[in-house]
Amino acid sequence: MSNEAVLHAHEVSHDVHHGGHDGHHHHENFITKYVFSQDHKMIAKQFLITGMVWAVLGGLMSVLFRLQLGYPEASFPWLEDILGKWAKGGHISAEAYYALVTTHGTVLVFFVLTAGLSGTFSNFLIPLQVGARDMASPLMNMLSYWFFFLASIVMLSSMFVETGPFSGGWTAYPPLSALGDASPGSKTGMDLWLIAMALFVVSQLLAGLNYIATILNMRTKGMSMTRLPLTIWALFFTAVLGVLSFPVLFSGFILLIFDRNFGTSFYLSDIFISSVGALPNEGGSAILYQHLFWFLGHPEVYIILLPAMGMVSEILSTNSRKPIFGYMAMIGSLFAIAILAFLVWAHHMFVTGLNPFLGSIFVLLTLLIAVPSAIKVFNWLTTLWRGNIRFTPGMLFAIGFVSLFISGGLTGIWLGNSALDIHLHDTYFVIAHFHIVMGVASMFGMFAGIYHWYPKMYGRFMNNTLGYIHFWVTIAGAYLIFWPMHYEGLAGMPRRYYDYSVWESFKQFVELNRFISTVVIIVFAVQLLFLANFFYSIWKGRKVTTQNPWESTTLEWTTPIRPGHGNWPGEIPEVHRWAYDYGKDGKSFIPQTTPVGDDESEHH
Amino acid sequence: MDMAATNDIEKKRMHPHKFVLWIAMGSIVMMFAGLTSAYIVKRNDGNWLEFPMPSVFWYSTVTIIISSLTMYLAQKAFKAREMARYRSLISVTAFLGVLFAVLQFVGFIQLGHQNIPLFGVKSNPSASFLGIITGLHVLHVLGGVIALIVIFFRAHRTRVKSYNSVPVEIVGTYWHFVDILWIYLFIFFNMVGTG
Repeated sequence: MSNEAVLHAHEVSHDVHHGGHDGHHHHENFITKYVFSQDHKMIAKQFLITGMVWAVLGGLMSVLFRLQLGYPEASFPWLEDILGKWAKGGHISAEAYYALVTTHGTVLVFFVLTAGLSGTFSNFLIPLQVGARDMASPLMNMLSYWFFFLASIVMLSSMFVETGPFSGGWTAYPPLSALGDASPGSKTGMDLWLIAMALFVVSQLLAGLNYIATILNMRTKGMSMTRLPLTIWALFFTAVLGVLSFPVLFSGFILLIFDRNFGTSFYLSDIFISSVGALPNEGGSAILYQHLFWFLGHPEVYIILLPAMGMVSEILSTNSRKPIFGYMAMIGSLFAIAILAFLVWAHHMFVTGLNPFLGSIFVLLTLLIAVPSAIKVFNWLTTLWRGNIRFTPGMLFAIGFVSLFISGGLTGIWLGNSALDIHLHDTYFVIAHFHIVMGVASMFGMFAGIYHWYPKMYGRFMNNTLGYIHFWVTIAGAYLIFWPMHYEGLAGMPRRYYDYSVWESFKQFVELNRFISTVVIIVFAVQLLFLANFFYSIWKGRKVTTQNPWESTTLEWTTPIRPGHGNWPGEIPEVHRWAYDYGKDGKSFIPQTTPVGDDESEHH
Repeated sequence: MDMAATNDIEKKRMHPHKFVLWIAMGSIVMMFAGLTSAYIVKRNDGNWLEFPMPSVFWYSTVTIIISSLTMYLAQKAFKAREMARYRSLISVTAFLGVLFAVLQFVGFIQLGHQNIPLFGVKSNPSASFLGIITGLHVLHVLGGVIALIVIFFRAHRTRVKSYNSVPVEIVGTYWHFVDILWIYLFIFFNMVGTG
């Protein structure tokens, strides 16, 4: 109610002809409701579905390059049918392979797990869970989606240019990214990559500003910061990380654009290209780009992971029918992770000739992240401990997240040590580590969120049986794909190679690679099953008949089953307690809107 | 609904749009922090051309400080409902903003005459950094000029009268912010760039 007053007092003063502005009578047509919508719930769905399109494309790319890695000798004529000159004779060419690897990375990190994950759930959950009618600025929110959409179009178009998309790795290190003559993908493909990423940064900044302002400013009456669900805390820190780190990436991009197009030498020095000759650029340093990139790049890891952590906390508590264990410790550890995220970027650069003394400081700071991470894992496990667990598909994915976070996090302790990293750097060990802890774990958080909040999004349930199949195949597949990669990495198998079968040292892995590729295909097929379930259920799923199907305490379940723009038909409810009163005083759960009774035991 | 009562409570809380501006300014600070720390890192790498700042930057600095003053007076005039005075002060501020941009450009030309190209194959990173950081700052100033033009025309509307001071305060805060940002950059270039 309070934030409504702020916004409306403002509107009324703007427009003297429109005296009594009470309630929300929007005249919506198709365009304003589904396309240029300013309703945070619709924008969330737009982010989600665009993210899904990208997830399918990015996943398909990994299937294609895994085909090459698993079956380097085989020829697939149908590949030539779909890829044309990039797969002559049914063999993916080396250029196409590198383009696929690069685009897979860019798309999954930014377009799926940043925009698709935090874009969806920040938009959907922040106003609903803090008790607001909409975001602080619905217009900026809409613009944020459309900048993302534009970025998507530009990135997609880069795949259809004659010289191919950018192929120098998702990190876009110069000189490959700075010199058009360096590789085919460094020409138009890289230009489009940069434009797409610049648009993407704008989208993220608009979104992040809005999320922070909404959480800090638009909470309903009684919703103090320490009564917020942990989802909101996690999304808050995610937005802070984005707002502070994306501008730094942007400045790195600006310097890169000038090096590419205006002859400057920020990143370039003493370069000889065989077809062109020696370049006049002098005095630049490619390492400078790495500093700027990883100053974003490391926080980016947490931008991806924190939303998943927040949703998992919420889903674990709801479905264990127990309060979250260590609420304040959860917030404290999120805060610690957010701070440390900015202080560890150089652990991506141990082998760049970094001063070893400086390296040891970054080792220490990196290993410190294990402390808040361990606190979180401990709290998730203790929340589950002796809980009255309801194994919904959302809950299974949340538990799967915890499992993956532990497995992938432990190898982080290995890689955080510069002495070990010198051996493991740029091997499959790194691939296995970050895919499990950041990629698959965050995907699991996203799946958990989708299954759990689907009833609120569409007023229907997704099919449970398909959900269980999806979960078990995906978690088994995730471990079968990435666990063996640890062994390959320990044996020194480098990442990004096109064909390992020609290397004497890695010939032993031919069959293992084939096994991994086979699992990749199966897991990808099961994701299509998930998508079928998702879209089928929008129209044909079992209908939600009660307002609060999971018997949850948080505010989004006090809205109508299909809330309109403005979320609550009447006044926004007032909050009287924290979000985790499960199994208290003999009651299964007590919603946040219930006033504290006289006979209640101690409350938060 | 008891609007007056809720408004009293809300006065203590910052308007959401103002809040967004503060976070946006934090974000802009991070971009310039990234660029200026890249500047320091690059400078310590060697192959660094040292040259004095163009003298015209002193004039542009004075210009932008005066424009902050006129912006401040414009806000006072707005709150006193002196709309004519407010409109002329806003115009002066916008003009000074454009003048600032022009003076910065003159500074670039001065450097060109001294045979210090900012961009192109013969440029040294130290000059390119100056060009990019200053250029980005000018873009932020021009963004402020556009915002000034918007509120200027709002003050001319006859159909709808608005005495809501939030938009004016937002533009004012932003304007002082780009002013302080330039003073920081100016000191930075003079201390780190040439020292």
